[in-house]
Amino acid sequence: MTKEFIVEKINHLLVDEFEVEETDIIPEANLKETLALDSLDFVDLVVAIEANFGIKLVGEDFLNVNTLQDFYNLIESKFN
Amino acid sequence: MAVFILKKDMKRVVITGMGIYSCIGKNLSEVKESLYNGTSGIVFDEERISFGYRSSLTGKVEEPDLKNLLSRRERISMGEEASYAYVATLEALEYAKIDAAFLAKNEVGILYGNDSTAKSVIESVDKIREKKDTTLVGSGAIFKAMNSTVTMNLSTIFKLTGVNFTISAACASGSHAIGMAYQLIKSGLQDCIICGGVQEINKWAMGSFDGLGVFATQIEDPTKASRPFDKDRNGLVPSGGAATLVVESYESAVKRGAPIIAEILGYGFSSNGEHISTPNVDGPSIAMRKALEQAAIDPKDIDYVNAHATSTPVGDANEAKAIFEVFGENGPYVSATKSMTGHECWMAGASEVIYSLLMMQHSFIAPTINLENPDEDASKLNLVNKTLDKKIDVFLSNSFGFGGTNSALIIKKMP
Repeated sequence: MTKEFIVEKINHLLVDEFEVEETDIIPEANLKETLALDSLDFVDLVVAIEANFGIKLVGEDFLNVNTLQDFYNLIESKFN
Repeated sequence: MAVFILKKDMKRVVITGMGIYSCIGKNLSEVKESLYNGTSGIVFDEERISFGYRSSLTGKVEEPDLKNLLSRRERISMGEEASYAYVATLEALEYAKIDAAFLAKNEVGILYGNDSTAKSVIESVDKIREKKDTTLVGSGAIFKAMNSTVTMNLSTIFKLTGVNFTISAACASGSHAIGMAYQLIKSGLQDCIICGGVQEINKWAMGSFDGLGVFATQIEDPTKASRPFDKDRNGLVPSGGAATLVVESYESAVKRGAPIIAEILGYGFSSNGEHISTPNVDGPSIAMRKALEQAAIDPKDIDYVNAHATSTPVGDANEAKAIFEVFGENGPYVSATKSMTGHECWMAGASEVIYSLLMMQHSFIAPTINLENPDEDASKLNLVNKTLDKKIDVFLSNSFGFGGTNSALIIKKMP
């Protein structure tokens, strides 16, 4: 799975399923402050990642995830 | 510390808004037309038979699409019940001239009748069984599946800051919700409350009810199946949707120039203290008498009774006896709107108040359709089976439920 594919897929998920504004989708965007995702949205992110990438994230995976770039990196790390 | 409220300090309680989403119409205007024309909302749902039901009959209204009205975060916590209730509440708030600015500055509460969330519970448990991981059920599942789903969702969406809870009282839930709102406002504890009743419509919700053998099984014409008080009735038809009223103190309504539809004069309640499903005569009689006593009016002042009458042989007969016992010979006009809507269960007590208010506003009495040959008890009542153009000043609405819970509301036209 290429990095580009992961980024594109996550961006689509955020826009289509989480109704995030497309213009807010930049790597340095903070998930909570910029994209306005709350603790409940993080539960749904776990569901969406399982459905789209077949991997199960747990709460601890998000400890160092602040920006969208951190999130791309997290998913990429699961495939390495 | 006990608080005693003197009778002179009791508030008058009025209805300033109403909204409806039902199988006979998705708004007040459509519902009024159906009531006047005697239009049935009952259809076949053949899937129920293959699922194991005895009866395929049901009232039906589709789930509203809220995509352009609410955010994902708001929608994801809403099941069928909250969606229906949201649409009905939007109409009720608009009617009452209550907007977001008013809600932000004033303490408005919510009391809603609901007694199941079967579909949402089953869908979430099925998902956990499949995935063997509770996280994968998603964040909205819990808020869809709790019985208080309507009050928790609507209080959040409309940013309500007053009383906030759900009333579960079987098929009298909606009526008791209005009654509770009436009591809280009358006693001065709240000025304005959004109240109503909701009922999910799906094969998961009604299977165990169908299993009791009390659903109608006439299969030639679904619109003929619900026939309260008729000799040939053979059971009820399940149905659903949502009905919302805005109830407030007279002072509050006048102060903000709200449209006052009617005044709630009395709320009588009782419990049969007998069988879990078989209704009796005394319980409903007591509820009606208590409502009359509270309203301080004579039985002859009631122009119309919207009967609970679900189209079951024992239920209708016992209610007919109770109405006759309370009102005697030459009593008020009586009709059963469930002949058109089916039994809207947890919603019925609220929707039937709205149906009666629409009749009051437009000076007609909706018919009990399919009533061709009243049974012995019903024939003693002043039953309406054809639309009657008639002024209604005061009506009484009955609602009864499993466990023997009874509620009767008396409402008077304003001004």
